[in-house]
This record gives sequence, C-alpha cells and structure tokens, in this order.
Amino acid sequence: MQRLTFTAWLGLIIIAIAAFVFLFAPWIAPHGLEETVGVPFATGSSEFPLGLDQNGRDMLSRLLYGAQMSIGVSLVAVLLSFSIGIPLGFFAAIRGGWTDVILSRGVDTLMSVPVLISALVVLQALGSSIPVLIVTIAVLDSTRVFRLSRVLAQGINVMEFAEVARLRGEGLFWMIRREILPNARAPLMAEFGMRFCFSFLFVAGLSYLGLGIQPPFADWGGMVRDNQQGILYGLYAPLYPAGAIAVLTIGVNLVVDWLLAGRPNLQANR
Amino acid sequence: MSAADILSIRDLQVAAPDGTILVKGVSLTLAAGEILGLIGESGAGKSTIGLSAMGYGRGGCRIVGGKITLLGVDLMQAGRTRREDMRGVDIAYVAQSAAAAFNPAMTLEEQIVEAPVVHGVMTRAEARDWMLYLFRTLQLPDPEHFGARYPHQVSGGQLQRAMVAMAMACKPKILVLDEPTTALDVTTQIEVLILLRDLIRSEGTAALYITHDMAVIAQIADRLMVLRNGAEVETGPTAELLAAPKQDYTMRLVSERHKSLMAADVSHRSSETLLELRHVKAAYGAALVLDDVSLVLRRGETLAVVGESGSGKSTLARVIAGLLPPREGTIHYDGAPLTADYRKRGADMLRRIQLIYQLPDVALNPFQTVAETIGRPLQLYFGMKPAERQREIARVLELTGLSPELADRLPGALSGGQKQRVCIARALVAKPDLLICDEVTSALDPLVAEGILQILRELQDRLGVAYLFITHDLSVVRRLADRTMVMQLGRVVEEGPTEQVFESPQHDYTRLLASSVPELRTDWLDDVQARRAASSALSF
Repeated sequence: MQRLTFTAWLGLIIIAIAAFVFLFAPWIAPHGLEETVGVPFATGSSEFPLGLDQNGRDMLSRLLYGAQMSIGVSLVAVLLSFSIGIPLGFFAAIRGGWTDVILSRGVDTLMSVPVLISALVVLQALGSSIPVLIVTIAVLDSTRVFRLSRVLAQGINVMEFAEVARLRGEGLFWMIRREILPNARAPLMAEFGMRFCFSFLFVAGLSYLGLGIQPPFADWGGMVRDNQQGILYGLYAPLYPAGAIAVLTIGVNLVVDWLLAGRPNLQANR
Repeated sequence: MSAADILSIRDLQVAAPDGTILVKGVSLTLAAGEILGLIGESGAGKSTIGLSAMGYGRGGCRIVGGKITLLGVDLMQAGRTRREDMRGVDIAYVAQSAAAAFNPAMTLEEQIVEAPVVHGVMTRAEARDWMLYLFRTLQLPDPEHFGARYPHQVSGGQLQRAMVAMAMACKPKILVLDEPTTALDVTTQIEVLILLRDLIRSEGTAALYITHDMAVIAQIADRLMVLRNGAEVETGPTAELLAAPKQDYTMRLVSERHKSLMAADVSHRSSETLLELRHVKAAYGAALVLDDVSLVLRRGETLAVVGESGSGKSTLARVIAGLLPPREGTIHYDGAPLTADYRKRGADMLRRIQLIYQLPDVALNPFQTVAETIGRPLQLYFGMKPAERQREIARVLELTGLSPELADRLPGALSGGQKQRVCIARALVAKPDLLICDEVTSALDPLVAEGILQILRELQDRLGVAYLFITHDLSVVRRLADRTMVMQLGRVVEEGPTEQVFESPQHDYTRLLASSVPELRTDWLDDVQARRAASSALSF
C-alpha cells in the first residue's frame, strides 16, 4: 500500500467524518428534521450555529440528516450502476460481434436521450420513491460505466496475456474476474469517485423538478435549491449544503488519487 | 582535452527524477570526424549519455555532476537558450524510431528544412538544395519529390534515412545516433548502415553511435566504449577491443554469438511427423498474408521460420495456434486433422501447442504473481491440488533457471529476462509437444537473450519438445535450428537443413538475407559493399 500523503490524510478524514454523520445523524443532530425552531433565514447564533433555513428549521440538523439521504442514495445508486455496467461492458468486449453490437447500440440509444429527460419520464410514470429513484439513476449511470468498461476491456483483451488465457481455454468468468478486472481497476476506481459525486448533483437536479427526494426529507442537493433565494439577500444558507457536496467530492477524489498512485499500470508498460 | 577534441565529457553524473544515479561518472572525448561507439545493455546509460552530450535530460533526468564541453562551450554553464541554439546546429540527434520522431501531419521537406531556416544557418532555398543533396547521397527514390511526402507514405528504411537527412540538415559537427538501425529489417539495416557510414565519412562528421549490437557497431566505429549499469567497462580502438577484450564482460559480449546451440542429445528425435501444413492460405480481410504455405515439423526438432517483417511468419504462428483460421489448406497434428479454430479445440489439444511471445511485458498479466501464472495451467489441465502445484511450480522455476523466491512476485518486480523465463515456464508446465517461439529473444539484451536460448536448448534436450522458432535474427537460427524455412511476402521461398540453407542458398532472397547478417569483424561491411558492387557490375 502507498504511504499516506497529506492529501490522502485529508481525504480520509473527510470521508471518515461523512461516514460518521451518515451513520449517526439522528443522534448527533441537535434538532429534529422537520422542527421549525425560529424565523426563516435567521442568521447563525450559539444555539443554531449555521442559522435557519427558508422554513425556519435548523440548518445544521438538516445538513446532518441530509448526509444520510444524499450519501445513501448516491452510494447505492453508483454501486448498482457499476455492478450493471462493468459485467455488461466486459461481456460485450470479450464476446465482440453481434453481442457487442446489440449491447452497445442499445446503450447508445439509451444515451441519446438526455439523462434528465429519461429520468423525468421514468419517475413521472412510476412515481418518485427512493427505490425507484435509486434504480433510475443507477440504470442511466450504468450506460457511462458500460462504455468505459467496454473500451478498457477491449484494450486489455487484445493484450498477449489475455490471448494466452483464451488459448488455454479459460471461460468467460475467469477472463472477466482474473484477466480483465484487475487491469481495469485503476480507471474504474477513478470513475467511481467521479460518478459518486455526479449523482449528488443529479439527485439535486431531480429534486429541483420535484421528482427527487421528496419533502420533508432533506438532501444536500435539494437544500441548495430550497435555500437558493437566500443568496439574493446575502445569506450563507445555500452555501452550507453546497459546501458539504464540494468538500465530500474533493475528499473522495483525494482518496481515489492516493489509491491509484503507484499501482502497476498497463499503459506505462507499452 | 586535446585541441582536436570537439566534445569532451568529464565525470558525467545523471540522476533520474527519483534520485537514482543512472550514469556514474563517465568520461569521454570525441575528436573531429571520429566515430565513437557506445555499447551496452538496456539500462547501461548509453542513451542518457548521448542526450547529455547535447545538454539534455530526457523524462526529468538531471545532469547532477561533471563537465560537458561542446566546441569549447561549457554546456552546464551556458544558459538554456545557448544550449538550444547549439542543438540541431552543432550537434544533432537521430532516434531509434523514425516513425515516432517525425510529425505525421507535416511533409518531410517542411520538417527537414525547418531547422536550418529557424536557426538562421541557411536560407530556405539553400536548405532545400542541401536537402536534395542529402536525399541523393542517401539514395532516396525520386529525390526532387521525395520531400513532398508525409511520413506515413514512405517505408521504414526510407523514413530512417530521412531522419538522418533531418539531423544533417544544419551540417552539424556531431551526430548522436541512438540505435538508428535497430528497428529495421536485416536487409534494410545494412543499406542504411552503408549509406550512413558513407555520408558521415564524406562530410567529416563526428558521431556518438549508440547500440547494443556489437556486430553493427564494429562496422562503423573507430573506437568503442563498453558501458554497464551507468559506468564505463572499457574503451579502446574497435579492432583492438574486439580482438583482445580486457574485461570479462566485454569478452562475453564479443563471444556470445559464437557458441553453438545445436542439440546435444538427439535420442528423443523420431521421424514421426508432429505437425504438417499443406497449401495453407490465410488472410486478414482481403489481404492475403500466407500464400500456399506447406511445412512439416517432426517430433523433438527445431524448425526456424525466418523472414523480414511482413513476410507472414507471425501469421503462420497464429494459424497454427488457431487464432486465425486458414482460408484454404489443411493442418494435421500428430496424424489427425487439426481443428482450425482454437475455440473448437479440446482442452488437451490446447495444452499440446503452447506459444511464447516476443514481449514478455505484455504476455504476463501484471496483476498475477509468478506462482499464479505458472500454477493456472497445472490446475486447468491436470487438476492439481495446491500443495502438488506448489512443488511443480518450484520444480519448473528451477528448470528455467529462476529462483523459487520469485514465485510470489508480480511481473513488475522482474527483469525482462526473468519475465521471459516465466513465460517459458508457463508454457512448459502444460507439457506441450510443440512450442511456438515468436521472436522470443528480439526484445532482450544480447546476453540475456543468450541465456534464454540456452534454456530453450536444455529444455528440448530434456523434454523432447518440438520448436517452431520464428525470428528475423539469422545469427540465432544458424546456431539453433535443425531446419530453416525462409519466407518472403507470405510465401515459402526456401526450406531445408539449416546448414544447407545458409551455405548454399538456392533462392536470391535467401542469399540476400544470409549475406545481411552482420558479422563481428570490422571489415564485414566493406566486404559486403565490395561483393554487391561486383555482382551489380556483372549483371550490367
């Protein structure tokens, strides 16, 4: 394992805090999620360090509760999208021919519709519940993961060690698990860090249209949108959830960078 | 530094970005018009020294000590702009891969004329005249219009010559030639070598000639400097150094091409045919790569397939391995027809034919340890349990000359030669009857390659595996193969016992090929030149 650098420490600390909040938000939040405790957009005080939101609810408490929703939905959605995209992408690359044409053109078709519109249609039709939201984001995201995995696997599959494995008579499962996946792990991990953060923003976008996480539950993206008029009055309210998204994004990427540094790299050998 | 020296390097030290010292205090001098050969294995620091002569460190390498004096200018003290002014004008560089050194989006003429014009050495018209002179001297076809072509429109040998022209564009005093003929086919190599030598001599240019090929450099260098691990081993006039090397390492370099690798024990041989191809044709799309190829390989013997790039020899390997089913013709293996597509062959059939590749770097999965790599065929073909596997892995590691401690290493922690041995071990544990060796030594340093060849020889003597040995290196074939098959443009032009093919070649192409293998004596190139001049005089 690489030596811990300063930036890696920073990223790990950020992730550790986020994980702690994610697990224990209800116990550490000073106020309730929906509890109105004062006037809208009240500025920070000793009781409410981050002030109150547009409905007079405690910003800090909602930020903590929001962590659960935002991180939870994004994490599950991204994990799901990778578990759909990677196997299909690898499968298309290894099989090639018609399998590849059908899968790839199917994905292209799905991608040709703007993501937001596809999501709107699905969520409108099925109603916005959290499972539907997660699956929708995962499926739409998995098209990107599919394309990346496919092109990575194509590159690895023509390498001579993959040819040796095929000539040895290895099956599809071995090819994916032992020959392709380890060599594709680095770029896929980098992609994971990015996708995780993007899906925050995507949930926020859906919330803006009223199809994301539904009130009264808090999520960081939704909180940015709910409090946005505060910015007109020079208030900090929308900046806190936006800052939370930014900090976690940076933290995740710092850790991903650290994990990727110093690994054997296929490209470097060429 | 005597007055005649135009380049002097004293106690040069170069460090890699991570602080490792690559060149450990090397000193050399170069007189006007002299050619100094720098020879050594990869990692010897020869390219690094060559670039340092221009005051340049590649990929973040830094010159951390020593003094470089070029035409009386101390390069380390001179500013960056002064150094840049000298590069190209006073000292120029010729790289190994011309394809990578030219900008594919510009014509050759633009790139060759650019330097003298930018440096203000010549006007555009003068530069063009000089370029045309160089083109003619280098015997490029249609010199008037050659410059109008783009790099991809000319052959490899022509491009390499064009790069020499580019380097000579400003009439530099010194050329740094970094393996200028290594990437070329043998027959092209001597063409370029002859022209290069004539040009350098007629212009009186001094040169640092960097290579790993002793026989090539013997033809061209006045003095040789042998390098190893960034330090000088020995230096001396070429003829003297070759005739009486003082250091053990130089001695090994000089003698490595002479040892015979013929089978010591032929008891396992039988006249039984193992592999037979009859009138095989194969193609990639519309392009026919193998045209009516027939061959017979007997159990336990070595058949060498030689030819230049594009001759179809690697395609032949792919056809036999089942990666490229032939269009026409039949393949028989051990008396029975061989299924064309490897996917339809049974596990036992796959086991019996094994392949070893040219580049061990890409033939090993960087994420599988040596033990995993070698253990997998054992598990797959013989269903061996872990404990049994471990014993077999240790045994085969020893057989291929590797230490058992390497079993847990990843390929990244192995040297090139070790990686190739792992590839051999992986092929061997399958207990094949046929081992297809596709240019297995051409990416390795001479002494390392020698070790691999010896291992292959020992293994054949012990195990009686038949080798289909594909290579362009004829000096290896001569020492290793029982029979040789010469291929040109997808056709077999000659086939027979190695001795016979080399001693009394029947086909013109075989003759050309056989006469193109550099020999380790200083007057070989002169002989070739004289012979060719004589034969072309006769034909007129």
